[in-house]
This record gives sequence, structure tokens and C-alpha cells, in this order.
Amino acid sequence: MTTEHFPILQVVLPLLAAPVCLLIRHPRRCWWLAMTVSAATLVISVILISTVYASGPIVYHLGSWAAPWGIEYRIDRLNSLVLLIVSGIGSVVLLFAHGSLGFEVKRSRQYIFYTAWMLCLCGLLGMCATGDLFNIFVFLEISSLSMYLMIALGYEHRALNAVFSYLVMGTIGATFFLIGVGLLYALTGTLNLVDLSNRLEPIAGSPTVLTAFAFIILGIGIKAAVFPLHWWLPDAYRYAPNSATALLACTASKVAVYLIIRFVYDLFGPGFSFKSVQLTEVLLAAGVSATLLMSTVAVFQNDIKKMFAYSSVAQVGYMVIGISLASVAGVTAALLHMFNHAVIKSALFMALGTAFVRTGGFSIDQIQGMGRYMPWTMAALLVAGLSLVGVPLTAGFVSKWYLILAAIEHDYLWLAIIVVAGSLLTLAYVWRVIEAGYFKPIPNHIEQRREAGAGLLVPLWILVLANLYFGIDTSLTLGAAHGAARALLGIAQ
Amino acid sequence: MIDFGNIIYWVVVFLMMTGLYLVLASGNLIKKVVGLNIFQSSVFILYISLGKIAGGTAPIFAEGIERYANPLPHVLILTAIVVGVATTAVALALAVRIYAVYGSVEEADIEKQEVDAD
Repeated sequence: MTTEHFPILQVVLPLLAAPVCLLIRHPRRCWWLAMTVSAATLVISVILISTVYASGPIVYHLGSWAAPWGIEYRIDRLNSLVLLIVSGIGSVVLLFAHGSLGFEVKRSRQYIFYTAWMLCLCGLLGMCATGDLFNIFVFLEISSLSMYLMIALGYEHRALNAVFSYLVMGTIGATFFLIGVGLLYALTGTLNLVDLSNRLEPIAGSPTVLTAFAFIILGIGIKAAVFPLHWWLPDAYRYAPNSATALLACTASKVAVYLIIRFVYDLFGPGFSFKSVQLTEVLLAAGVSATLLMSTVAVFQNDIKKMFAYSSVAQVGYMVIGISLASVAGVTAALLHMFNHAVIKSALFMALGTAFVRTGGFSIDQIQGMGRYMPWTMAALLVAGLSLVGVPLTAGFVSKWYLILAAIEHDYLWLAIIVVAGSLLTLAYVWRVIEAGYFKPIPNHIEQRREAGAGLLVPLWILVLANLYFGIDTSLTLGAAHGAARALLGIAQ
Repeated sequence: MIDFGNIIYWVVVFLMMTGLYLVLASGNLIKKVVGLNIFQSSVFILYISLGKIAGGTAPIFAEGIERYANPLPHVLILTAIVVGVATTAVALALAVRIYAVYGSVEEADIEKQEVDAD
């Protein structure tokens, strides 16, 4: 079998499907093709992650050119988990897109959306799988450009302005990254991550390495929307088509967070990142301010989609706090939250997308009384919302619990209190949504007072149930996150 | 005295700052795109200068050629230039769409129309 080619196959499949979608043009057929490819990438990621756990990291040389001259794809415990998040949740969201896209994007333009989706999937999976620094840049730009396209298909005019600022910020971020890569190449003459990491060790004191580190972390920080580099995010999330928002929130920002972990712990190494550079303080400050400030901003939003967009910045803050602790417990918490937040936020944005079908908007007044005529959608919003808060028996609880444990392990009691305070702020804004949905009268302009179709509810509830499942049975997620964290910090399995 | 050996880096930094300033300070969308291009060009020059060796020729495998430029940074930057062109194309296409909707590419005008619409 061609099992050995799987690392590249899952990147190439969506790349090939993209131009085919462009030629087919028929929305339904495009969707079928995209869905098949997306499901195939999911199957491949499942096989890859189980192979990695059974027999260690997979190394694949493109065109059989040996590293460091050729491009190497390296799948280990860390990126096989991210590949699973991207392909798995991406597939469920694509299932949802089939039902929701018709309400937002003209039929004649839907094939462009699916083409961009395939390119984006290719870029995101490529960024995770590759072990080559320049390759990461290329895939980063593939995914970003296709993301701009998807957001620009949003039905409101403001989508265009939102994309323009995203494009400007995204390009600055990618170019910063490129500068960093150039400096590292000038120093070492290699682009292979493993090779580079070995060659960087003896010259870690060089100011050029420091400059490269700053450019790379800043560049990726913009893509991950790490506070205070987040200001492109709320508008981009708000005006994108709902399925694209779910994809952005659950995969694109997560892959960027993965890259931060990869560079900080693997490429530069914790010794450099946390001892030579005081990254702990910088990231802690960014993470804590994100958690508190952005959650507070979210409380005062009257537009629910924007509220959850600000909440995404706050939740990235939790991941950044986990990364900053430089311990197995911290990285485990960050990875757990990366997975759980992907499940939570995609469920929330899909629930909003389902509500949009009847309410025609996202303002908090428009969803009033929704619990009475759309019980399933509102219940999904409730469960995913509580998971965002971190109520026990939901996925959100697990990651916050481990983050608190990690903080206590470092004797940072104040940090544990801030994590809880962030959760309380989350409860404040989630409560506003629940109150409007269940306890307010239905506004008069809602004409069709009935539940949305199964095409929207089934994918939505797959993720809602995943929220409950990963809140109760944590062996899968915790095992994967813990294993990856131990491997990153060089502790024997 | 100015060290002319490093003058290329001064050029790079000057272009980089010019471009970034234009992106951040200009309210005109087209000027922002121009700024982005200048910013990216500075990085292109940085890469191209990395591969150059004083007195080196093109990297051709032939008799008598011993000092040659490193082709890899040049190949890399070709890819980055293509990415830059694609980004510029998307940005300009967006500017066209924005102009069609608002009749302006000035951020202040667009902002004003949005505020009036609310």
C-alpha cells in the first residue's frame, strides 16, 4: 500500500481538488468532491496518529531527496494531534457548510468558496506536516490567501473592509516571518527544522538569532491573534460566512498556536526561549491581558458573533499562558485547550450560523425567545456556551482545570485566580446569550418560527456531543496532549 | 566613515521602514498596498544579497568556475515574489470591490459611511 506516502498525500489531495472545483462550478458536485477529500484527509490523519503512537515519528522525504537538502515532512506526536484537529473538525464544519452556505453566498459563487476551502485545508495541513521552514511560509500564505477569499464572500459590505485589514496585517505577519527565516538561513545555511535546531544550539548567543526569534514569534503571533496583535480578528470573524468563521476559529488560529509551540520548544528550544530570552514574562503578560481584557470587551458586545470573536482572542490567551509556563503541565494544558477550544468555538459559531437561518442577524435582540421555536439550536448554544465557561462534564472544564493545576505547580496562585476570573467573565457574556434565548419574548419580525433543517443540526450536534464526550472521557485528548508535551520537553516516554 | 560593506542592509532597513510607515500611516487603501509592496521588496533584497558572494559568478557547473553565488536564497525569494504578487492582486481586487460599494478608497470616507449607516 501507499501508506508511506500519507504525510504528503493529505496535503496534495486538497491541492488537486481545488482547481477541479473551479472547473466543476456546480455547487453540489463541488461540495461532494470537497467533502470526499476532507474525509480522506481525516482518515489519513487517524492512520498517521496511530502509526506515530505505535512506532514513533514518521519521516518522509519529498522526491526521496535526503534532508537537509530535500524537503522533509516529519509527523510526530505534536503535529499528528494538530492534523487530527484540522482535518476532523474541518470535515464536520464542511458538512455544515453545505446547509448554511445557501443562506449567505450566492449559488453562482459557491464554487469559489469550495475552491478556497480546499486550498485553505491544503495550506493548514501542509503547515503542520512539513519540517521545512520555508515550506511553512509558503503554506501559511496559501492558507491566508484562501482565507481572505472566503471572508470576502460574506454577504455584508463590511466583509470587504474586514478582509482588507486582515490582509494587511496577515501580510505584515508573514513578511516578518520571512525576515526571521532569512536571518536563520544566513546564519546556518539550512532550512530543515531538525538540522536548524542542532546548528542553532552552539550560536544561541548571537544577536542575529535573537532578532530572527523576535521576527518569527511576532509574525506568527499576528496570525494566531495573540493579544495585542489581535485587532484584525473580530471584524474578520464577524463578517465571514458562518462556516468560514467556524473554520477560521477552529483551525487557522490553532495551527498558528501550534507553530508558536513548535518554534519556541522545538526549533529554538526551551533553554533559549525561556532563559536567554525572557519569553515567560512576555507571553504571561500577553496571555493574562488577553484573558481579562478581551473577556471584558466581549461582555459588552451586543452582536453575539463579535462577542464570540473577542472571546476567541481571550481563549488564545489561555493557550499562551500554558505555553509561557515552560513545563510539561503548562504545554499539556495549552494543547488540551487548543483541542477543546476548537471543538467549543466551532460548535458555537455553527450554532450562530444555524440561528441566522431564522433570525437573519446576530444581534442579541434578534435571538430573543429562540429557545421556544428553535429548541435544538438554543440547546446547542447552551451546552457549547457552558463548555466555553468551563462547567464540569464539558470539554472546557478539562483544559481550564489542567491550566489551573499547571499554574499551582509553579506556585502562581494569582495566575490560577486569573484563570477562574476569566471563566467568570465568560459566564457573564454567555449568560447574556442564554437569558435572551430562553427568557425573553420572541420579537415580532421573526416570520418562520420553526427549527432549522437536519443538514445544519446534525453537524452542529456532532460537535456539541463531542464537547460532552471530551469533557467526560479525557483519556484520548489528555493522553495525546501529555505525550506531545513530554516529547517536546525531551522527557522520555 | 560609513562602512560600505554593510550598505545593502541599510538600504533594506530604510525600505522596510518606509513601507511599514506607509502601511500604518496612510489612510488610502491603494497607498497601503504600495506600502506593503515596498515592505516586501526590502525582504526580497535582503534574501538576494544573502546569496551573493563578492566576485562570484552564476552557479554554473563548468570548468574554471570556482566562486559562485548561492542560488538557494534566490530560488526561495522567487517563490516569495510570486506570493507577493498574489497578495497584491487580492488586495487590489478588494480595493476595486470596496470602491464599487463606497465610491472611495479613503479609510476615513468608508468609516464615515459606515457610521452614518448605523
